[in-house]
Order: sequence, then structure tokens, then C-alpha cells
Amino acid sequence: MNEDNYLNAGFTLRSWLLTTDHKRIAILYFASLIFFFFIGGAAATAIRIELATPQADLVSSDMYNRLFTMHGIVMVWFFLIPSVPNTLGNFIVPLMIGARDLAFPRLNLLSWYLFMLGGCVTLFAIAAGGVDTGWTFYAPFSTLYSNSHVVAAVLGIFIAGFSSILTGLNFIVTIHRLRAPGLTWYRLPLFLWSLYATSVILVLATPILAITLVLIAVERVFGVGIFDPKISGDPLLFQHLFWFYSHPAVYIMILPGMGVVNELISCFSRKEVFGYKFVAWASLAIAAVGFLVWGHHMFVSGQSVVASLVFSFMSFIVAVPSAIKVFNWTATLHKGSIRFDAPMLYALAFIGLFTIGGLTGLFLACLAYDVHATDTYFVVAHFHYIMVGGMVTAYFGGLHYWWPKITGRLYSEAWARAAAILIFFGFNLTFFPQFILGAEGMPRRYHVYAPEFQVWNVLSSAGASVLAVAYLLPLFYLGYSLFFGARASANPWDAPGLEWQTPSPPPEYNFEVQPVVTRAPYQYSKNFKAEPQNA
Amino acid sequence: MPDSLPFAPQFASVRHRDETAELGMWVFIATEVLLFGGLILSYFVYRHADPRAFMAASRHTDVLIGTANTAILLTSSFFVACAVEAFSVRARTASRALLIGAIVLGLSFVVLKGFEYADEYREHLIPGINFSFDGPLADGVQLFFVFYFVATLLHTLHMLIGIGLLTIFAVRIRNAEESRTRAALHSAALYWHFVDVVWIFLFALIYLPGKSS
Repeated sequence: MNEDNYLNAGFTLRSWLLTTDHKRIAILYFASLIFFFFIGGAAATAIRIELATPQADLVSSDMYNRLFTMHGIVMVWFFLIPSVPNTLGNFIVPLMIGARDLAFPRLNLLSWYLFMLGGCVTLFAIAAGGVDTGWTFYAPFSTLYSNSHVVAAVLGIFIAGFSSILTGLNFIVTIHRLRAPGLTWYRLPLFLWSLYATSVILVLATPILAITLVLIAVERVFGVGIFDPKISGDPLLFQHLFWFYSHPAVYIMILPGMGVVNELISCFSRKEVFGYKFVAWASLAIAAVGFLVWGHHMFVSGQSVVASLVFSFMSFIVAVPSAIKVFNWTATLHKGSIRFDAPMLYALAFIGLFTIGGLTGLFLACLAYDVHATDTYFVVAHFHYIMVGGMVTAYFGGLHYWWPKITGRLYSEAWARAAAILIFFGFNLTFFPQFILGAEGMPRRYHVYAPEFQVWNVLSSAGASVLAVAYLLPLFYLGYSLFFGARASANPWDAPGLEWQTPSPPPEYNFEVQPVVTRAPYQYSKNFKAEPQNA
Repeated sequence: MPDSLPFAPQFASVRHRDETAELGMWVFIATEVLLFGGLILSYFVYRHADPRAFMAASRHTDVLIGTANTAILLTSSFFVACAVEAFSVRARTASRALLIGAIVLGLSFVVLKGFEYADEYREHLIPGINFSFDGPLADGVQLFFVFYFVATLLHTLHMLIGIGLLTIFAVRIRNAEESRTRAALHSAALYWHFVDVVWIFLFALIYLPGKSS
């Protein structure tokens, strides 16, 4: 254990709340995100309890609308989007590129404060009675008819959006300008390529959300119908603007997870990532093509058939770089010396769940099938396989992988493996039945349903309780590790990345001497020993 | 120890720091382009749907003030560009005078904009507050004015931030550290020019439709 580390650099509240150290800001984000994750999770729990029976027994339909809206808003903007970038990314990016901090440390702190301010405003909207529009805020319902706290929620998201933009800006500039000597673009670990692609989306898509939310607020506050067809406004324009942000945002919610998985698969197979350049460019290809597929959320909205055809085609195209990644991870496993440590279990779960989520995405990209599946549980199951099965799993995998680096402590491997396996089973039990429900026609966003759907709903709710327990487990054994865990060495996994070549936890300025990079990432010798990037 | 260096520990040199800061401003401008871009796209969608209403609405805007403001902004950008050049040849007094000139021009832009808004209030052209317009084109005209106010208010907010930035430089420029200020002034100038360019687009979209017919 390194005694002169960033955690010991100060113990006052002030030394945390006014810190500009990227590692401490990452910890601030960790704490905030755990909070929001459980708020969003509480809403999900209430939803699954209500859906255990076909009739309404826990909440009214109006309350149910507010519950799934709150679940969506909190999970998307206050957990998934900042999850990997702002916690693991904030902590690891400077360490991985051999820098002492991000390019703009004060901006980084401002980003956290904006996030918290946006979060508080959104929590106020929830506490004051909630929002019933769904996380998508479709106009003109959200602007003219909804009797809920739309403006407060929109304001909270608007503010949190600037936090995203600042983080993206910081990462782009940092990766361009602060790489250690010898660390060329093709020597960057793939985690950085995927965060770079994510940051480009954050910077270019989020402002569109910002201006759209401004228009929603203006319409609602001043009663002028910007998206109201009664006065020749166009509700479809709102949907276009919203999905122009929100589809790329889906990639904000998966690319960082893919980046984490590269690190895990390589380290626990003791092998170089297969087809490094393809995986690297696939991230940027996903970011670029991801801007051109938003119309697949609007196949039944009445947009032109030609537009739908083009968006359908582009949605198939964007699956290609995603598939490249899956194939390359699988090829990386081939003839590797595989270890089934907890992070690796998460990574393998990610590959399976992401593949199911991705392939069912292709069903939905088909115009003919999507017309039937729109607004059914098939869509719900599909995107939960990507966002929860993919991103949350990768987040947990990355958290376990870098935990010894972040805290300087080891956790209980047995408990961690048990949690990983439980999450995998709980997740599938929760969401696989929803594919069947959707295929049989159960619509989403209703709190009562036809009795013949009950079997699958009960299975799903049972899975959700397993999942809830599984997500609570890490809180205990990681919490225990934080105080009583065995001390971690600098490089407990024997990985070659720069972040492992400095003590755990890292000193305040990360590296005693500036590391100089001499080789590509992910290099292992014949007997599976890591060859550090800077040796 | 890193603390003793004249620049933050994540940088290798003063120059490294300053070039990094400038890249940050460019990325920020990319964000801003999309912010205004979404608004301008919406404008085009509605103008395409109802071109006659947008032309009728545009005829109610004050092209004289709009043109004057365009000239004022372009001149202010020229002043800011000269201020950057003057600072880089160490003519700090000249640089300061040019910045003050740009600030005065920026403020006159805002004041003229205020007069324009007052006129529009008197003519009942402010949607949501006192809008009234006779004839079949009223809905489209109202949409035009919604975009007019959102876009120009957002732009004016950017102007005020820019004026604030230039004021800080004008106050501090005499005793400021050479390299850092040159880089920061350069970034602030980039921002100012960007706000100017936005206005050129807004000018064409707001004041010119329907003026020739």
C-alpha cells in the first residue's frame, strides 16, 4: 500500500468538495451515481411489483406514468450517461495516458457541480409530484396538456447536459494533448478510443437536446405552440430533434462499456486484443453512423416512407462495427490463457447480453417487424439488454477490475463472482420474458394488462427481485473491502497498461516520473506475463 | 514538486498549456454550433412549411437596426482581432484601447437590440406576452417571432458573456502574465468571432426574407 496517495492528501470536507484532482472528482461521481442508481432502481422495483398482477393494485395509472418517467429520466441522465465516463473514465483516463490530470481540472469539478445541481432540480421535480410524460417528453402532450412538473424536470436535464458537454470536452482535449511521450494513437488502450468516440457524441449531440428542451420550456411557460399542430407547429419536428440527440445518446450509453470490456477480455485472456485497429475505428464508426439512424424511433410516426427506408438501412449499417467488436472479442479469447476472475465474468456476461440486445435491435430496424413491435415490451427488453445487460454489466466489471487501483484494497473474489453470476441470471430472468411479452403484443407503459400475460410478468418480477439482491451485494462486499480488504499491490492483475505501473492507490500527481511509452498496449510474453507499456 | 512550476502539473511547458487551452475553445465552439444549429434547423422547417407567413413576419422586423447591429458587430470583431495582434507585439495600451472599443460596440449592440424589442412590444409581436396579428398568416407569423425571440435572446446572452470576458481582459491586461494572457485573449477572441458569425446567419434569416417583394 502506497502511504503517500491521493486519498491521504487531505481529510477535510473542503479537500473533497473543492478538489481538482481527477481521482477525487471520480469518487464524488461514484458516490452521487450510487445514490441515483438506487433512486431509479426504487422506481423500477415499484413498477415490477405493480406488474406482478394484471389488475391495478399498488398505484393508480397516473402514479404509474410518473414512476416509469422517473425511472427513465434518472437512469438515463443521472446514471447511464455519466456512469462509465465520469467515474471510471475520470479516474483512469489520465492514468492510462500517463498524465498528471485531465487538461482542465477546474472544468472537471464544475462538471460535477452542474451534475449535482441538475440532479437536485430533477429530484425537486420528482418530490413535487413527478412528471408523467415518459422520459421522451413528446410534444404537444408535454407542452400543452400534461399537469405535471415538466419544466423543472426539463431544467434539471438541461443543466446536467452541460456537465456532459464539459466532460466530453475535457476528454477530447486530454486525449489529443496530454498523451505521454511515445503514446501514439495506435498505442492507446481501446478504452480511450471508445471514450474519445463517446466524447465526440457528448459534445455534438447534447447541445441539440439543450435547445430542444429550451423550446419545450418556452412553449410550456409562455403557452406558444411551437410544436402544437393547432397553430401549424410540427410535433414530428420535436421527435426529430429529440431523437437526433437521444439516439446518439444510446451510443453514449454503450461505447464506454465496450471500452471497458476490451481491457477486461485482454487482461484475463492474457492476450492482445484481436484486430486492434478494427476495434479502435469501429468505435468512431459507431459514433459517426449513430448520428444518422435516429429516424428508426419514428417508423410509425408518419414520417415519409423514403425516410424510413433510409433510416432502416442505416440502422443495419451501424450494426456492422458493433458486430466487428463482438467477433474480435471472441477471437481474443481464442487460445488465450483465460482466468475467470469476477471482472472477466462480467465481461463474458456483457458479450452474451450485448449480442442478444444487438441482434434484437436488428429485428426493430426492419420496417415490417417494427410496425408490430413499436411500443411493446419487445422494445423494452431490447434496450434493457443493451443498457442494463450491456452498460451496467460493463460498469460493474470495470469497477471490480480497477477497484484495487482506486481504493488500494482487494475485495472478496468469491462474493464478487457470486454477485456476477447472480446478476447474469437475475437479468435474464427479468428481461427475457419481456421479449416474449412484446412478441405477443403486450404494450409498454400500461399498469394493467390482459390476464394471459401474467405468467411472463410474474417471471419478470421474480427476476427483478433476484436482480435487486444481486445489485445490492457489491454494496456490502465492496464496502467491506473499502475498510477491511487486504492491501492491493500496484498491479494485482498483472496487466500491461500504464495505470498499473504506478502505486495503488496512485499518488496525488499519478506518476513520480513521467512515463515514456515504448510499445503497443495489451502485450504479453509467451508465458502470459504482462509486458508494461512503459518498460 | 509540481507546485513550483509556473504551469499546472499536467502540462509539460507553458506552450503546451496554452495550445491545450485553445483546443478546448475550439471544441466548445463545436458544441455551440450544434446549439444554434438545432434552432436554425427548426426555423428552416417552419419557413419551408409556410414561406409566406415568414416573409410577412420578416417585413415587421426593423431592418435598419438589424443592419446597423451587423455593422457594429463586424467592427467589434475587427477591433478584437486587432487587440490580439497588438498584444502579441506587446502594445498593451493599444490592445486595451481596442478592447474597450469592442466592449462599447458590443454594449451598443445590446442597447439597440433593446430598442428593437421595445418596438416589437408596442406592435404586439411578442408571442406569449402580447401577440396579436390579423389575417390568415397569424399562426406562421407567431412561429417566426417565437424563433426570432429565442434565437436573438440566446445570442444576446452570448454577447453579454463575451462583453464580460473582454471587460476582464481590459481591466487586467496591463499587468497580466505574457504567454497565458496571449493564449487566453486568443481564445476569447475566437469566442467573440463565433458569436459574430452566428449573428450573420441570424441577420439573413430574420431581416432579409420578403424584403425584395
